[in-house]
Formats: sequence, structure tokens, C-alpha cells
Amino acid sequence: MSESVLMKRTIVVPGDIIVVDKNASVEGANLYKLSDNTYIVTTISIQDYEEGEKKKIRVVSLKGRYIPKEGDIVIGIVTDATLSYWLVDIKSPYPAILNASDYLGKSFNPALENIRKYLDIGDVVIAKVTQFDRSRLPTLTVQDKGLGKVIEGSLVEIEPSKVGRVIGKKRSMINMLIEQTKCDFVVGINGRILLKCPNSDIEYIAILAIKKIEEEAHTVGLTERIKEFIINEKVKRGLIRYETE
Amino acid sequence: MKLSKPQLIVNGKRIDGRGPQDLRQIKIEVGVLKNADGSALVEIGGTKVLAAVYGPREVVPRHQEQVDRAIIRCRYRMLSFSTLGERKSPAPTRREIELSKVIREALEPAVLSMQFPRAAIDIFVEVINADGGTRTAGITAASVALADAGIPMLDLVTAVAVGKVDGVIVLDLNEIEDMYGEADMPIAAMPSLKRITMIQLNGVLTPDEFKKALALALEGIDKIYQLQKEALRKKYVEIEE
Repeated sequence: MSESVLMKRTIVVPGDIIVVDKNASVEGANLYKLSDNTYIVTTISIQDYEEGEKKKIRVVSLKGRYIPKEGDIVIGIVTDATLSYWLVDIKSPYPAILNASDYLGKSFNPALENIRKYLDIGDVVIAKVTQFDRSRLPTLTVQDKGLGKVIEGSLVEIEPSKVGRVIGKKRSMINMLIEQTKCDFVVGINGRILLKCPNSDIEYIAILAIKKIEEEAHTVGLTERIKEFIINEKVKRGLIRYETE
Repeated sequence: MKLSKPQLIVNGKRIDGRGPQDLRQIKIEVGVLKNADGSALVEIGGTKVLAAVYGPREVVPRHQEQVDRAIIRCRYRMLSFSTLGERKSPAPTRREIELSKVIREALEPAVLSMQFPRAAIDIFVEVINADGGTRTAGITAASVALADAGIPMLDLVTAVAVGKVDGVIVLDLNEIEDMYGEADMPIAAMPSLKRITMIQLNGVLTPDEFKKALALALEGIDKIYQLQKEALRKKYVEIEE
């Protein structure tokens, strides 16, 4: 009933049907296969084309919850402490488990120590998902470089499906942000971004920029526009004089 | 006992000036609530319905969770000031509890709940102003809100009522036609998949009338379906300028 017309970059919604001909392939986690060459879109997405030897249709979701995947770096907030592990909110439908023995890197005896001495409710951790199979809660580890409790910085939350845009193709967007703001960014795949900035003015601009990326994630030529936006904001706040680039 | 039944069809026009096969004016707004994961406001004539969707999220209470899929919970409610005349009690009535179940079951076939085992998807449907067809408007609004929340669905669910008024098959009944008409049949469907997810019938229709009514309803559903999709797309196109 609603076959999508082959065009560049369109917004597709649930129920839209994609029919693929022989010399094209389709890619996207949010597609439901109806028959050999007919797919149905299940979430609001962007449909994009890649011309090449073989035409490729890519469907990228615009909204949706974060589903943990093994190896993802996520930023979590501790919501509960039990005797030997913490429950961590990672913005997914399931709370994650961080074992005390993993956090400390040695065995932990709840009879001798209070777990809240190390992490209490409300603390922020950068962690990696070690195991998740939907039948049990995801587990986290902090035993790697750059992981662990966060003691400074500010946290920005965005739509998890738009994290890819904040990083950009070959890290183009994040590199531009670092270059322009001189802030330190830690991007959690679950839609939380940790900022460490030299001063509050810059931090404010960086947050505005991230929010702008989130809002306009589905548009073309975003990196250039965000760069301009940051420079304009800096000029407005008298941080730099106008530069012609 | 029905006192003084008004003349519902005069010179082929209905009581509000529509032809028998016309829908009321429809307005769909997406993302009206900031705290909800997805939301929609649907106005069909005098009926105004707000739907909000939360989730998939943790199931509370825990014993309700299903190991193979997400549970879908739905609450349909009419606000105290939504009806004419006497104030409606805010306590959930029998009718509201039943409609919550009906709306949930109309939406369940569309939602890919297997993707989120042990989670819950909560749907809230609040009728702000009631003028007939609140369950169908509720289903229409809830499916847009589900899509806005990014919950995977096979298709949007669209609903509309058909009925028989003064012997004529009419589309999209309003309050008075519903009250004094001979039959009322709300239908919900997934238009892309050509599947019906809900059908109810109040009153009497002959088999021929039923077929005619069903065809008319599916026609109306197609029109509303396009408006739903347009509203969802518009949310993102607006930002693009």
C-alpha cells in the first residue's frame, strides 16, 4: 500500500514497505522480513542509499532504547547497592550489574567492608558491558583503561540512537568538537556523554553543540554547521574575535 | 428508554453536516509530552485524546514480567471533565477497565514485544474531551505514540468506527449518532499488512450491511493512516527546515 519511492534520504515510519530488487542489498537492524525481497520498517528511521557496484539501502533508526551489547563502553549511574554488587542504570530496559570484586580487582567480603564505601547511589561510572544475552541482566566491568568511577565533569544525556552522529564518520564530529572546545569527551554508547572542560563558558557551548547535533542528527553537512555554530557562540560570548576560516 | 430521538439524517446529510462517508476533521500532533518516551495528541472532531508511551522499561511489580517478551500495559481513562453533563467519577469504571484491555489487544499484534524480554511497555490513553469514538481515537493516538517512542512495530494501527444511523451506513460516528443509531462497529487495522486487529459490533447489521460497513471502515482507516504517517514524518522534516 505504501511502497517507498526510491529517493535519496527519506524518513520512513513503521509500516513502510521496502522492496529490494536483485542488484541492491538492504541493511538495518530495525527491518522485518516479510518475504525474500520485501521488508517492513519497524521504527522511525532514515533511509539512505549508497551507490556503488551494488546499490545498498541503509535504514538507520532515529529513536529507540539502548540495548546492551558485549564490549560497549557505557556511562552508568549507580541506583542500588546490594551486599556484593551494584545495580547500575545504563538507560536500557534492564539495569546492569557491577560486581564489587570486579570493581576492586580483588575478592570482596561484605562481612568485613561496606560496599557503599566504594560506590554509593548516584555515583557515575564508565564501564564496559561484558555479558548480555537478554535472559539475564547485563554485567559490567571497569577493569580496562579509562574505565571506573567518575569524579569530575558534567554529564549530558542524548538519544542513544544519535550517539553515532556525535562521533561522526571516522570520528570526524568528535575530533572537531575536541579541536574547537578543547574539552575532554567520553561518549557512552548508551547516550550519555561526559565532558571535562577548561571553563564553564566553553562547557555551556559544548553542551549546546551536542544538543544541536542530537536535534539535527538526520540532516546533511552537520559537522560544518556545528563548527560554525561553536565559533559563532564563542564570538557571542567574547571568548574569541571573529576568525575567517 | 430513549426520549425524543432526533432526526439523524436530513436530506442525506448527517446531524453535523457531513455526508455518510465523511470523516470528521482530524488533527494529529506528535511528541507533545517531554517526559514521555513517545506521545501523541489526536483530535477527531470534538473528541480529543492524549496518548503517552513509556518504555521498554523494567517491570514493576517483578512477578508480572514474561521471560520471552515485553508485557504491554495499557490504561484508558476519561478525565472528569471530558463528558457532557454530570461530572464523571475519577475512579476507573467497568467501561474504562474493559476499554483498556480492548486497546491493548488491538495494539499487541503490531508491537514486536519479543525484542524486549522481561521488560514492560506502558501506554496511557487519556480522553480529554469525549464526543464519540474515543476508543478508536485512543488506538490511533497510542500507535503514533508507540512509533514516536521508537518501539519496533510491524505497522501503525489505525482505528475508526462505522455504524448504521437511520438505516444508512455511516463512517466515524459522533456521540449523538452513537447514542441513537442502530449499530456501531469500531474497527482497528494494520493497513500495510492488511490485517484487522480489533472488531466490535454493537447493534444489528445484516451480512450485506456488514460487508459494506467493513469496506467503508477500511477506506476511512486508509485516510487516517496517511495522516498518522504524515504527522510522524513532519516531526523530523520540520527540523530539517
